[in-house]
Amino acid sequence: MKRKYMLSFPESTGDKPVVCELVRRYDICVNIIQASISPAMAGTMLAELDACAEELTQAVEFLAGRGVGVELLTDKIALREDGCLQCGNCVLACFSGALTIGAPDWKLAFDRDRCVLCRACITACPRGLFGISAE
Amino acid sequence: MSKTYEQINEKIRRGEAVVLTAEEVSRMALTMSPEEIADRVDVVTTATFGAMCSSGAFVNFGHADPPIRMERIELNGVSVSGGLAAVDTYIGATDCDSANPEYGGGHIIEDLVAGKDILLEAWGKGTDCYPRRHIRTYVNIDTLNEAYLYNPRNAYQNYNVAVNSSERTIHTYMGKLYPRSGNASYSTAGELSPLINDPECRTIGLGTHIFLGGGDGYVMWNGTQFDTSKEVNAYGIPVGNARTIAVAGELRGMSTDFLRGVYYEKYGCSLYVGIGVPIPILDADLARRVSIRNDQIETNVVDYGDGNKVIGRTNYAELRSGSITVGGRRIRTVPVSSLAKAREIAAILKSRIETGGFLLSEPVRAMPAFGAVKRLEERSVPFGGRTEVLFGAHREKDLSDF
Repeated sequence: MKRKYMLSFPESTGDKPVVCELVRRYDICVNIIQASISPAMAGTMLAELDACAEELTQAVEFLAGRGVGVELLTDKIALREDGCLQCGNCVLACFSGALTIGAPDWKLAFDRDRCVLCRACITACPRGLFGISAE
Repeated sequence: MSKTYEQINEKIRRGEAVVLTAEEVSRMALTMSPEEIADRVDVVTTATFGAMCSSGAFVNFGHADPPIRMERIELNGVSVSGGLAAVDTYIGATDCDSANPEYGGGHIIEDLVAGKDILLEAWGKGTDCYPRRHIRTYVNIDTLNEAYLYNPRNAYQNYNVAVNSSERTIHTYMGKLYPRSGNASYSTAGELSPLINDPECRTIGLGTHIFLGGGDGYVMWNGTQFDTSKEVNAYGIPVGNARTIAVAGELRGMSTDFLRGVYYEKYGCSLYVGIGVPIPILDADLARRVSIRNDQIETNVVDYGDGNKVIGRTNYAELRSGSITVGGRRIRTVPVSSLAKAREIAAILKSRIETGGFLLSEPVRAMPAFGAVKRLEERSVPFGGRTEVLFGAHREKDLSDF
């Protein structure tokens, strides 16, 4: 199963290979969507962790034990489809492949499972049709 | 065998005209010669639906009592032209209030078409014949006198593909372009696009009757930046941005389905405009022109992150495949004008013609045979510049009159 997390790294973890350890110990596939981490500074990482439920639970406990803040993201991108112009601007901004437009009908399709919550579509839509909805 | 506009219109009136969309005729051309197509088909409908920044609407508010010469005008807080007589204005699609940049002229036009009330506030200095200095009231499409769309540059004949090779994301009218050529956008409806189907404007000229914003419109002039100087490929199609049309039409009767205000992040406001242009198939030459296919329509790939340099060439079949290869690298391609809506427009126009509700008009003036786009050359301006020179001359003239 895939879950998205916002991980907050304290200053003290700056010199430790936390993610590498996470991968090795729990056989987790980590997809780093956005990260801002610098040496000797606190940082954040938006990541999707893919593993079975048990491993995921262990992984979260491991991260918490290392002082990493773990926030499960349950937000979802909401789209008001009725106002859509089928213009493609959100698709241009979407790098995860969740939003697509193409043959045969060239109408917008939204595969929510592929969404990585990067929120690029929210600002890219010229009609402001995207937003966040909490689960 | 060639046909005249009047012969085609007579068939339309009788409900006997054979009308195809430009996509349908391109498929037909795979198995039929231009002569056969010219024999069978009377009209081909073309269409486009995209952001057209050089658009706007003229409106007349009517006079209040006492009257005001509106010299500064705001509609829903957006400043619009105060330079047209007392109660006329032009709402430019990109007009906006910098404090609230997400709502602009395009949105005002959409709200007018939707029948919404718009807050009008205007100021004048007060004159003998227009004594009033301020007015604040609501207007809507029913309270206005004239209200018509007049777009100086629409329906570009072809357009470049946009990429960004720089190190940062850039926000453009071609969408959000990711660094290091992370994506590419294009904005022409390809084989469905109006000026691609009549590349030398044999039938599109001043007075051509068109579908505009859901209602009726006409081609009014050549559009601004009308350019005939672009390289033409083996199929007679200019490679890159070339000809344009100026169009106008009554705002009443248009629909927000085909006229939408938009806001691009860190760029500004614009208007999505739906345009459909019927091409009369007068002869085999026009039949050959409308048979053009996406793989025959080429355009340049332009680097918006590096001084608009041309870095490659592609065609619309490739663009629609989802990726192009530039300099050995595969780049994801996405349209930023709506093909789905363009198809809807072409189908509506086809049905209006088939049912006798839309007649063709022969242009009263052709488009210019030549047109090239000049750069704005900058010259040095003396201290004080224009203001001093003009006002000085004016004062001197006044004195000599006494």
